Amino acid sequence: MALLQISEPGQSPDPHQRRVAVGIDLGTTHSLVAAVRHGVAECLPDHAGRVILPSAVRYLGAGRRQIGFDALVAQAEDPENTIVSVKRFMGRSLADIAGREKLPYHFVDHPGGMLGLATREGEKSPVEVSAEILAALRQRTQETFGDDLFGTVITVPAYFDDAQRQATKDAAKLAGLNILRLINEPTAAAIAYGLENGSEGLYAVYDLGGGTFDISLLRLSQGVFEVVATGGDSALGGDDLDRALAEWALAQAGREARSAQDKRAVLVAARQAKEELTTQPRATLRCALAGGAIDVPVGRETLEALARPLIDRTLAAVRKVLRDAKVRSDDVQGVVMVGGATRMPAVGEAVGALFGRDPLINLNPDEVVALGAAIQANALAGNSKEGELLLLDVIPLSLGIETMGGLVERIIERNTTIPVAQAQDFTTFKDGQTAMALHVVQGERDLVADCRSLARFELRGIPPMVAGAARIRVTFQVDADGMLSVAAREQTSGVEAAITVKPSYGLSDDQVARMLQEGFACAESDMRTRALRESRVEAERLALATRAALVADGDLLSDSERKAIVALAVQVEAAASGNDHHAIDAAIEALARGTEAFAARRMNRGIRAALAGRKVEEV
Amino acid sequence: MNLASTDFELFDMLPRFALDRATLDARWKALQGAAHPDRFAAEGAPAQRAAMQWAVRINEAYQRMKDPLKRAAYLCKLNGVPVEAGDNQAMPASFLMQQMQWREALEVAGDEAAVKALADEVETRRRSMLDELAVLIDERADWRAAARQVQALMFVVRFAEDIDRRLEALGQ
Repeated sequence: MALLQISEPGQSPDPHQRRVAVGIDLGTTHSLVAAVRHGVAECLPDHAGRVILPSAVRYLGAGRRQIGFDALVAQAEDPENTIVSVKRFMGRSLADIAGREKLPYHFVDHPGGMLGLATREGEKSPVEVSAEILAALRQRTQETFGDDLFGTVITVPAYFDDAQRQATKDAAKLAGLNILRLINEPTAAAIAYGLENGSEGLYAVYDLGGGTFDISLLRLSQGVFEVVATGGDSALGGDDLDRALAEWALAQAGREARSAQDKRAVLVAARQAKEELTTQPRATLRCALAGGAIDVPVGRETLEALARPLIDRTLAAVRKVLRDAKVRSDDVQGVVMVGGATRMPAVGEAVGALFGRDPLINLNPDEVVALGAAIQANALAGNSKEGELLLLDVIPLSLGIETMGGLVERIIERNTTIPVAQAQDFTTFKDGQTAMALHVVQGERDLVADCRSLARFELRGIPPMVAGAARIRVTFQVDADGMLSVAAREQTSGVEAAITVKPSYGLSDDQVARMLQEGFACAESDMRTRALRESRVEAERLALATRAALVADGDLLSDSERKAIVALAVQVEAAASGNDHHAIDAAIEALARGTEAFAARRMNRGIRAALAGRKVEEV
Repeated sequence: MNLASTDFELFDMLPRFALDRATLDARWKALQGAAHPDRFAAEGAPAQRAAMQWAVRINEAYQRMKDPLKRAAYLCKLNGVPVEAGDNQAMPASFLMQQMQWREALEVAGDEAAVKALADEVETRRRSMLDELAVLIDERADWRAAARQVQALMFVVRFAEDIDRRLEALGQ
């Protein structure tokens, strides 16, 4: 067993142990995983050398599944059991899904909650389907790096709300991934471009994917990526154009697609024709339907006419973001294009005309998000040089609470830099009232009915007082992943009010636990092994971090304080060499408690040093 | 310096209304560079919690410092005269008259050009009121007058937002 070594001052305690961290782009149409290797970010290929994994899962029965290209092969014959574009359903109820009657699935409606998909293996949550895709990418990572995956950064559309972000996190948890951070797709793309080109100034990222559209403005300076404003539409993308083209072709042929098979077949054919029209002026939309084949010639001008309303919607969102940021289109020094749908010439032309400059397309629009995520993952794992990269992102939608008459009171405005916290005081309106309910919503409209319900909170345990005497301070906090948490405290008595969270569109912790129990993607013995391995990794990480902290800032501690921390760290290492993951977790917890004050002192020192260094530069 | 320091102490700036935005932005980024939770992703829970607290505090201060009205209200509060938001009792009659005239002008403005002209007028007024506010705070240290001026400016800013909404509606 390696005992904890305390290095002498001046000696580096970190033996340049590189940690493996990956970035995953969990996309509507396809997903990728990338990692920084030998200083360069690159996408990891599958056995056939393909980096793209189609975001498709087919349930074959008897617990067997096909994922990716294999699943796509059968999508026209077995559409009910072949789930594609599942990202559109994450954190969404059935009523939220526009054009659901045109989709070939058997939806299960959970009014007020996330929809389900009935397959031959029973009902599947979109979270479980996404977890299958993530698990396939984790598998790919393990084949490349072995079992030592330190952590993962997963990208989400900037415009994803809290429920969609939470659903993504739950999927990662089910897939056995340790999430370091969720980052926004346009921000990831900017990282990939910015570090590539050493760019400075104001940049726009136009990200038109299969199912979502994002527009973000970022200011780049000396490794700091500051998101200035973000906007978009989480239900607008290339899929909509496939649907429009499919409907047009059916109308031309005087036909209808009624069965799930026909619906899928014509969508697949429309997609192929659309892709052909990227490079060719004409194509033919061909597919076999139940009532005979259709064969419809289509020109690029037809596709562009069908695309025009969609492109116009994206341009309106771009103008709105420019207004939000109080900048003009010619203040923007570069426009980065992301997402397969930006390959369409009409999109590039429209965006170029709005900004008065040709968009940047030198990185592969399919890969750029995963590459940026990998760079950020590498930095978060502590592998990059200090101060190399810092991401300052914003909350995409305002957060508010429901007040009298169904009105929204804004608590945190959109485009506020995260992490952010905001406190609001409430009082009781009845004598002896011990509980109160809060409804948190997300959105820009004034009426609760027009916003998205995030969660309902119940505060209990308020000490009984006369009406209006209690002062309950509720603190809303949005962390660096863009996720909300709420804490409440009665000010006069100091009582912490207990909070029950009922996520409106998410899975409850119990549901996630049940899915894990049901042996998603791994048997129970696997789960125990995994828990032990995770605890050990965490123990080693903490012991190492503690050692490094003692070397760097040990002078902030008295001798006895220092000895106490060393003793706790030794206990962590001792526990980590055993096989009891509960014992390891207990030792970790003890070390965490014992280093709380030390961590706070180190932060204070770091803050002081930051400005001291800054002022020298300013002079 | 600690979590209870004032915004000005945190950014190591004099507690004045006039402020150099470029310096503020640079210091904000330097502070976040030291405090952001991403810097501590590879460390234990205590370091991450401390980082989160500081990062939140720095962003809170930055939001207040970069907005002239919030900064002025904060200075008034630090000097013992908190600004009561939305209280129009103390507003002079001439100011309220002006408000009513603007509201009427917005109602009758039929096209984009008319709304834009009103927007320009309001913006000019806002700037001159901010100049007056700077004098009240930095030269006279007249906190009561400054607090009243902040209240008046809140009305102007809210009206400017209504104009923006109208422009947005007209532009689509």
